[in-house]
Amino acid sequence: MSHDADLDELEARSVYILREARRCVTPLAMLWSIGKDSTALLWLARKAFFGSVPFPVVQLETEMELPEVYAFRDEIAAQWNLDLRIELCPPEASVDQTLPPASRAAARKTEGLKNLIAHGGYKGVLVGIRRDEQATRAKERVFSPRSFGSDWDVRNQPSEFWNHYATDVPEGTHLRIHPLLHWTEVDIWRYHERENIPFCDLYFARDGKRYRSLGEKNITVPIASNASTIGEIIAELETTREPERAGRVMDHDSEDSFERLRTSGYM
Amino acid sequence: MDRSLRVAVLGHVDHGKSTTIGRLLHDTDSLPDGKLAELEAVSKRRGVPLEWSFVLDALQAERDQAVTIDTTRVWFTWKGRRYAIIDAPGHREFVRNMLSGASEADAAVLVVDAIEGIGEQTRRHAHLARLLGLRQLAIVINKLDAVDFDRATFERLAEGARVLLEGLGLSARATIPISARDGDNLVNRSTRAPWYDGPTLIEMLESFENLETPAGGPLRMRVQDVYRLEDRRIAVGRIESGRIAVGDRIALLPSGANATVRTVERWNAPARDDAHVGESIGISFVEPIFVDRGDVVAHLDTAPPLDYGFRTVCFWLSTAPPIVGEYLLAQFGPTVARVRVAAIGEALDTASLADIAEGEVPQYAMVELDLRGRVLLPLDTQTDLPATSRLVLLRDADVVGGGFVQSVASRATNLHPSGHLVTRGERESVHGHRSAVIWMTGLSGAGKSTIAMALERKLFATGHSAFVLDGDNVRAGLNSDLGFAPADRSENLRRVAEVAALFAEAGTIAIVAFISPMEADRELARRACGADFKEVYIATDVATCESRDTKGLYARARSGEVRNFTGVSAPYEAPADADITIETRDRTVEESVDELLAFVKRAIATS
Repeated sequence: MSHDADLDELEARSVYILREARRCVTPLAMLWSIGKDSTALLWLARKAFFGSVPFPVVQLETEMELPEVYAFRDEIAAQWNLDLRIELCPPEASVDQTLPPASRAAARKTEGLKNLIAHGGYKGVLVGIRRDEQATRAKERVFSPRSFGSDWDVRNQPSEFWNHYATDVPEGTHLRIHPLLHWTEVDIWRYHERENIPFCDLYFARDGKRYRSLGEKNITVPIASNASTIGEIIAELETTREPERAGRVMDHDSEDSFERLRTSGYM
Repeated sequence: MDRSLRVAVLGHVDHGKSTTIGRLLHDTDSLPDGKLAELEAVSKRRGVPLEWSFVLDALQAERDQAVTIDTTRVWFTWKGRRYAIIDAPGHREFVRNMLSGASEADAAVLVVDAIEGIGEQTRRHAHLARLLGLRQLAIVINKLDAVDFDRATFERLAEGARVLLEGLGLSARATIPISARDGDNLVNRSTRAPWYDGPTLIEMLESFENLETPAGGPLRMRVQDVYRLEDRRIAVGRIESGRIAVGDRIALLPSGANATVRTVERWNAPARDDAHVGESIGISFVEPIFVDRGDVVAHLDTAPPLDYGFRTVCFWLSTAPPIVGEYLLAQFGPTVARVRVAAIGEALDTASLADIAEGEVPQYAMVELDLRGRVLLPLDTQTDLPATSRLVLLRDADVVGGGFVQSVASRATNLHPSGHLVTRGERESVHGHRSAVIWMTGLSGAGKSTIAMALERKLFATGHSAFVLDGDNVRAGLNSDLGFAPADRSENLRRVAEVAALFAEAGTIAIVAFISPMEADRELARRACGADFKEVYIATDVATCESRDTKGLYARARSGEVRNFTGVSAPYEAPADADITIETRDRTVEESVDELLAFVKRAIATS
């Protein structure tokens, strides 16, 4: 393991946030999309809690993930002794039909998440989103309060400065907690490399294509790439001019599709 | 790889902050493919010329109103160094969002519009930069294309900005004439301002350094939580200053308990027996000491002073001003204290830079507050250790202010009188519980002594060390030289408090039952006992006490035979904020005792 001051700082801050969340927000759960980011977040939780993940880990299940994703999920859940919960999302027919088609899977996940929070009574949900992924995510807080309907009131976000996080929320509301907000895509890969964190091998190129971002199989497309090691992925990212979520069809349906999803409760 | 340089871009609404950043990303070749085409399409759809700010203003409302609502952040790499640019809203109502972004910055760029000149938010943001300790500053005078890069206009505004900063004790490294929209002097040197030979914006950013908490400072770690791992209890937290190593003798503050570091804990990381500033770690101790969230870990010889009161300079974020006497929550990360606003000092309107009429504190003013807690707090000042002097003030759950500790009320308090070879922690672990001073106040006949004696019995029966101090056992000996004149009553209480503090130091729960009618006397007792002091108000009204009148004192007071009788002919100042209030009316003694017992058991629990 090489010494890297930047990764040390990112890691220490995330560990601090995770420990604040566990101490101040109960009951607490973590979303695991089984992608590189939330798997890194699981790893950070093990760092924070000395090897164990002391809260339920939830997959919002659309039954549309690629088969490799499910295999990886089951392997890691067993290996890391996770308290894995599968929350089945409602069918596509039940979501807002005015949303563009590719956004509907995300809307299903939003509904699944709302059900999870309602049934589990969770006060906080840990989510592995980052500011550099998407412009509206860049405006998030680390501890982001959500109203009863999970709405994101972007105009009235609380102040959040220094290492102070507002963990007190009224009855009926909950917190989305984002310990990876300050990381970038390259940071995540450098951390995977340094820590030797396992990840689903769909991120590596096969026949000249690899997945840069993993989503439902009907709305995610692989990018052209020959990267077959983390080092090659990092090298590719350092020169690419493509945004990370270019292969996620839902982001590009319309100018505001992602914002609409987020204000109504998407991750 | 080093961490990114974090630069906040500040300035008045509409002066071009987001545009500057959008164009900077373009000129450093940092925009992803398709972004320019998207911006062109989005701008066209709204019928406006190409809007660079749409790179950052991603929300619909932001694009429609052409304002930044919330702080955002973008990254780019230039000549091998990474930069994180924080876009802070300039709108008045979004100052709190701006503070969220700027509090993390290493450096700041202040954007000033060439036509409008220095605006309200320019001043406010300059103030905030000073409060936050941002010393690496650059000014850009934007939209100079609108005045044909007129040198005189530039120099007039540069002078105005210089005077503004100078008034705050700040100075800019450079003042740069730019046109953000056209890309003049951001990355590419402008041909339209041949009279300017200073740095471009990107050259300025290259010269800024990452602000790091210097190594070699005194050790500070605030305990976030305590985990049990195999045979060890592990206190976790982030080192905010200094270095900790196995074998170090440390103090836990405010309790003052001493201990030796047994292990420094990490998971899946190379084993090292020390840790430095910035690291999130766990530590265990050789001695079985009580440690809890909020405790500050420091070395014995460089521990911070402890005090109840301090002065802060803070940025006031609420529309409702602070009120003398109100209680706020002061949060220093995991260390939290309830504090009373003891006094409001000078306030400054950060927009107009005018002093404000005494007692008024408008939203976004910079204000001095004297705050006073009921327990001792470890306090560093901004001058000594900025990182640990930062605090956030909350009213209910809302953040109403943020600032720094400027000075502590007095440095008289000495919590390490030690010399003892037995530590308090050791004494407490022999007893199996923490000690405390249970200070019961209330009218004569309220039931203090009855409850105190029953409490002592119950604690004793469950293996606790407890002892009641009341008028009967104290006035007979220790205070037999004192009468009942006001000065004597105060001295009586002073001695009782000091004795109670010694009992607690010795590991015993001191149960004190005295009328103690004056807030000032109880305040002195609280100071003598520190964090051990628990104020218990036995709230029985005069009528009930008088109807009981077990000693016939009320009758004698009414007849004038006994003078200065509390509740009849002398005042009783009921505690405004007791740790627990026991209502005795309509309840049995047993019920009151049980309620108090439950409170005491929580107070002395070994976590």
